[in-house]
Amino acid sequence: MAKIKKKIRTITVNADKCNGCRTCEIMCSAFHAVPPYSSNNPARSRIQIVTNRLEDIWLPVFAGEYTESECMGRNKYIMDGKEYSECDSCRASCPARDLFKEPDSGLPLKCDMCDGEDEPICVKWCLVDALIYEEREEEVDEEKPSVSEMEIGLESLMKKHGLQKLLDSVARLSEK
Amino acid sequence: MRYAEAGYYLEVDLATGNIERVATDPKLMELHLGGLGTSIKLHWDRVPPEVKAFDPENLLVFSTGLLNGTPVFSANRSVVTFVSPQSGTLVYPMMGGFFAAELKYAGYDKVIFRNKSPDWIYLYINNDKVEIRDASHLQGKGALETQDLIRKELNQPKAQVAAIGLAGENRVFTASIEQSRSSASRLGGGAVMGDKKIKAIAVRGTKDVYLARPEEFMEVMKGVTEYIHFRNNNPIQDVMTIMSGIGSPQEMKHTDEKWHTENFAWGNARTRRRDFWTDEIDASWTKSQLGAVKRLISCFNCPQHCGALVAPKDAPRYMAKCFGKLTYAMAAYVDDLDFGWKILQRATEYGVDSFSTPQILAFAVELYEAGILTDKDFAGCPSDKEGRFFWLLDRVVRREGIGDVLADGVYFAARKIGNGAEAFDHNTIKKHEQLPIKLGTMDPLYYLMLSTNEKISITQMEGQWPQSAFPTMEQRENFVRDWPQLPDEKFKQWVLDWEPRGEKSIPYYPTPDIASEIVDWMEMMHNIDDACGMCCGMSSFCFKPPYHIHNYPLLISAATGMDLDEAGLKKIVNRNRNLHRAYNNRKGITRADEKPPADHWKKRFPELEEELLSTYYKFKGWNHDGIPTREKLEELDLGYVADDLEKRGILKNGQN
Repeated sequence: MAKIKKKIRTITVNADKCNGCRTCEIMCSAFHAVPPYSSNNPARSRIQIVTNRLEDIWLPVFAGEYTESECMGRNKYIMDGKEYSECDSCRASCPARDLFKEPDSGLPLKCDMCDGEDEPICVKWCLVDALIYEEREEEVDEEKPSVSEMEIGLESLMKKHGLQKLLDSVARLSEK
Repeated sequence: MRYAEAGYYLEVDLATGNIERVATDPKLMELHLGGLGTSIKLHWDRVPPEVKAFDPENLLVFSTGLLNGTPVFSANRSVVTFVSPQSGTLVYPMMGGFFAAELKYAGYDKVIFRNKSPDWIYLYINNDKVEIRDASHLQGKGALETQDLIRKELNQPKAQVAAIGLAGENRVFTASIEQSRSSASRLGGGAVMGDKKIKAIAVRGTKDVYLARPEEFMEVMKGVTEYIHFRNNNPIQDVMTIMSGIGSPQEMKHTDEKWHTENFAWGNARTRRRDFWTDEIDASWTKSQLGAVKRLISCFNCPQHCGALVAPKDAPRYMAKCFGKLTYAMAAYVDDLDFGWKILQRATEYGVDSFSTPQILAFAVELYEAGILTDKDFAGCPSDKEGRFFWLLDRVVRREGIGDVLADGVYFAARKIGNGAEAFDHNTIKKHEQLPIKLGTMDPLYYLMLSTNEKISITQMEGQWPQSAFPTMEQRENFVRDWPQLPDEKFKQWVLDWEPRGEKSIPYYPTPDIASEIVDWMEMMHNIDDACGMCCGMSSFCFKPPYHIHNYPLLISAATGMDLDEAGLKKIVNRNRNLHRAYNNRKGITRADEKPPADHWKKRFPELEEELLSTYYKFKGWNHDGIPTREKLEELDLGYVADDLEKRGILKNGQN
């Protein structure tokens, strides 16, 4: 199997260093404004500082995948004597909360690591070094989707929309 | 489209429950910028001088600054304005924290309260939805406790809440407004809030704040950021540790308190303990601080860590900053810093100013020791120093017994108690308790700052000029090197010429003319900060700060789209300063009120002091009584103010 190079991008969050200033939220939302920096609004930020000041919790969390439904339970974690809700470190844009959604439209937000920049904007502006960016390349096997994987997908589309609709769509798309 | 500002005020009539969102005139920003500036204009227009602190017509205004909510670092201060129950003048305690930006994101530049609510309420602002909510269940709750209770009740973990504690509810004149790790403390904002029966204001905002010229703005920000890095890595040499960096004095971080404990006065601003800081104290205080401070924290959008989460022994957690850790311990003559952390926790929940309140308690102890207050007044009070302070604090915030008298502050309490108590009121200016400092020789700069500023608090005036002359020429040359913050190169020579002793030393140097220019510059920078919502810890209160007269116009122009140069900016804040002065002249402030306490310095120079004041007034464009002249007011487009002052007989026609 052929080897390909894959870029692995990591932000190390040192929550112990976070001073809770929320500059990351401001700069993320400013960078993603159109045109860039023309406005800012921390509620649109793809990084959010989950805060419980008296409990000594300042936790930077990045927006991840959108989810249609919330978790069945709400587990709690106790670490170093601090109680965290499972949601505190969850990256999902989820119906259970307002986090990681555009405040006006409600559309989900997802961190794009500021693709195209030298480093993510939140990292660049975190002057207390709570966020550290690393980039490394790894050689991985090139994977091609197998026929069976494709068929699983087709099968679910067929179940959802019916065979005829699916065939019509394939026919129409192949004419383009 | 409005840039930097939201363009709306929120008007709340507490008597009727009517709430209105009112669009503001864009011209206001051009004339007064925002923050303190536009708030002064509001009070001038709407609150006539007859209105007293606890009259329904006294407006209580919570204001953002022009740059709050923009990406600029450290613009996070809220300015609260009202007629003070203590000084009787228009005052403006400020708080950092997270409130102002959230209010801007909710779409408002100011919240204006008028009249009084019949029942305890809190205001909940959630963008366009604003509600007056019942707060009867919060009555008696602590100021910090209330913030979390409200966030929970609203299910809004990101709401920012400003609240009062028991002291504000009981209209204690030193009651503060607490919010996150900050508070608007001086001169009784909490009391006015309590008088209006507002327990708290909660705000959640998710709207955009716009910049007019983003690329230009970010370019200036780049320079500011580089400079912050530089200053954090290069502390100023030859000054006290706590003054060497930027940010508010880093007293949650630094444990060395030799300077404060030996130079500030203990008790009722009474005793300097020059040999206090022994190795033993150093070890015990360091241990106490490292044990109490859980984490260093910042305000909104600020890279510094001036505050701390504090977990004292045997007391609940709270947040603190700056000098508060020392004020109660020093006022009570307690050598154990653990006491400082513990009583500050209770004081924070009660919501009282940690500068003036300890002095009121120390004043009461002195009166008791002098036999002016008696066992009857102190019935039930423990006899140990620590217990006595806790007991007195409890009485004051509840206005029980002697606490009711003390709750009006030293000035009024002394006059109510009588029987010689007035002589113990030796550290107030314009009826307000000052920092407990008693020094040797009159200092011309401090003389002017203490006497004339409307803030009535030295920490909001001083900052950028060294507190004393450097002993060696080498130190002076070092200090003046790399000092682009100065308004003019000539200032450098004044540092070089300034000697600790001899002809060119205090009280005669800086000369009245030079002193006027230095003080005016420092005051102007504070006034720019207060209009922009900038923390003076990152600007006018520290040596060589990131923001100054040369980069401010660039930032403000890029943010707002106004084309403002240095002269234009100076004119605006000068206008604000003179409008504020005229307002307080209408409230009766004149030359007679402008003097530091008689014992502030041992060596006084009455003639020189008069000359200083006259020179400074003249420099400011004020007449002999400290009232802006018509000529000055007209130069600042404040002809209507001159008309008003003349109509009231405060400015005599033609006399200037």
